[in-house]
Amino acid sequence: MPSPQIDIHHVAKLARLALTEEEAAHYQQQLTRILGHIDQLSSYTLDAEPSAHAMPIFDVIRPDQDRPGFEQNEALSNAPRRAMDQFQIPKVIE
Amino acid sequence: MSLAASTISALRQRLASKEITPRDIVTDVAKAIEAQNATIGAYLSWDVEKALAEADKADLSQPLGGIPIGIKDNINVTGEPCTCGSKMLAENYKAPYDAGAITKLRGAGAVPFGRLNMDEFAMGSSTENSALGVTRNPRDLDRIPGGSSGGSAAAVAGNLAIATLGSDTGGSIRQPAAFCGCVGIKPTYGRVSRYGLVAFASSLDQIGPITKTVEDAAILLNHLCGKDLRDSTSLDVNVPDFTSGLGRDIKGLRVGLPKEYFISGIHAGVSARVNDAIKKLESLGAIPVEISLPHTDVGVSTYYIIAPAEASANLARFDGVRYGHRSSDAKDLMEHYMMSREEGFGPEVKRRILLGTYVLSSGYYDAYYIKAQRARTLIRQDFEKAFENVDVIVSPTSPAPAHKFGELKEDPLAAYLEDIFTIPVNLAGLPGISIPCGTAEEGGKQLPVGLQIIGRPLDEVTLLRVADAFEKA
Repeated sequence: MPSPQIDIHHVAKLARLALTEEEAAHYQQQLTRILGHIDQLSSYTLDAEPSAHAMPIFDVIRPDQDRPGFEQNEALSNAPRRAMDQFQIPKVIE
Repeated sequence: MSLAASTISALRQRLASKEITPRDIVTDVAKAIEAQNATIGAYLSWDVEKALAEADKADLSQPLGGIPIGIKDNINVTGEPCTCGSKMLAENYKAPYDAGAITKLRGAGAVPFGRLNMDEFAMGSSTENSALGVTRNPRDLDRIPGGSSGGSAAAVAGNLAIATLGSDTGGSIRQPAAFCGCVGIKPTYGRVSRYGLVAFASSLDQIGPITKTVEDAAILLNHLCGKDLRDSTSLDVNVPDFTSGLGRDIKGLRVGLPKEYFISGIHAGVSARVNDAIKKLESLGAIPVEISLPHTDVGVSTYYIIAPAEASANLARFDGVRYGHRSSDAKDLMEHYMMSREEGFGPEVKRRILLGTYVLSSGYYDAYYIKAQRARTLIRQDFEKAFENVDVIVSPTSPAPAHKFGELKEDPLAAYLEDIFTIPVNLAGLPGISIPCGTAEEGGKQLPVGLQIIGRPLDEVTLLRVADAFEKA
């Protein structure tokens, strides 16, 4: 694997983070260094199946039954802004 | 001795004999917090009236009846803040429900009391990444308490709590317990429900107790474990009595010493104390066996791919719409997301979100994420092979004692590399405990050293048995 070249502006956009120019330069440098270390993995022959978690349990299902959930007011209780009993967001349609 | 300095087992006896009441305990813990929290900074908030009201109603016939337990500020307790040490959740979030672990604790009669400081969203090993305050190590106020459950460990070590809950993704219970000189156990992955624990890296996170004694850790663990339908990764397995191995000898138990863990670069004092501990275990009848965990050196790299990858997905929920910080300046929806997150998250969280987003992004997924998952399989297989021949594995919890504030702050990679002994345990889903094993000198101070004991999956009983025998010897 070639030495990683992280396009910090592209990644920040994917991550929905409005970094300042100063932050972008700082993270670019730090992440390049961290990725340089992480790249040691590429020098290993990793002959094994990937595991997403440690315990061999898959496809967990539960009975398809009603369970108590939040009332509308509880669900909205932490909303930074609400209007007409809904979450309020900036306008998306002109 | 003040009640706040006491243990669960001692307080239970005094409650049973009616010598004290739950109100006395909460009052005494509150007094300790009010006297010392300005110095130690373990708690971010605490509600004495609420805890007293709950203590007055506590059912003393229950095994934890009337015992206040401090809670890391990433575990939801109804009506209380749950800041995760972040500006993102500090403004107005109040938990609308109890986490699964809290439901269990309440079922056993315990009283959740106080919210404990932590590295923001549990990302860090020093609690310096909290956006909301400094926590100091009660053993040396110039030093970090460790992290991310630094508040949980500092509260126990400073006698500002009877016992606390922490969470451990790569060592965040065991390492602060080691730095502060207390006991901290990360149970097998899936033992304790993660429902209501604010997710950092879902395949690694696990809640566990931080306590003054091994016995207290076992008692508390008895009332945290069990299947929860609201967490599909919680295990539907028998929950043993975790105190059942306490007081038993360890003659003939085989103790694995991974040759890859006893390497140069470990602080001389830490190395000496851990070697003393091994001799002590041997004198108690245990048999030391050299073992090999050949993939140890890829552990940190594997973790710092998998954990940020999962974190970047988990923290996508903080979008300023349903809860958390919302930027007041955004003109459209995209700006709303980007600015709310930019303003709400601190530097380490942004760093890990960026790293995780990068390793999952198009073109890099196979090179990083899948590769790390393969390495994870090999790390788990190393342990499986080792446990064919030994009952437990011991190591230092951390390669060095507690650092001074700021020492590793500007070098995240150096800080990450210090997690070398704790990370593989999370990647393999194993139970691990850190117990005090003496002190090491650093900068003219005697600082606590932690001994880590790692067990087979679901074999916390043997782990606690060895820890208890060591503690009592």
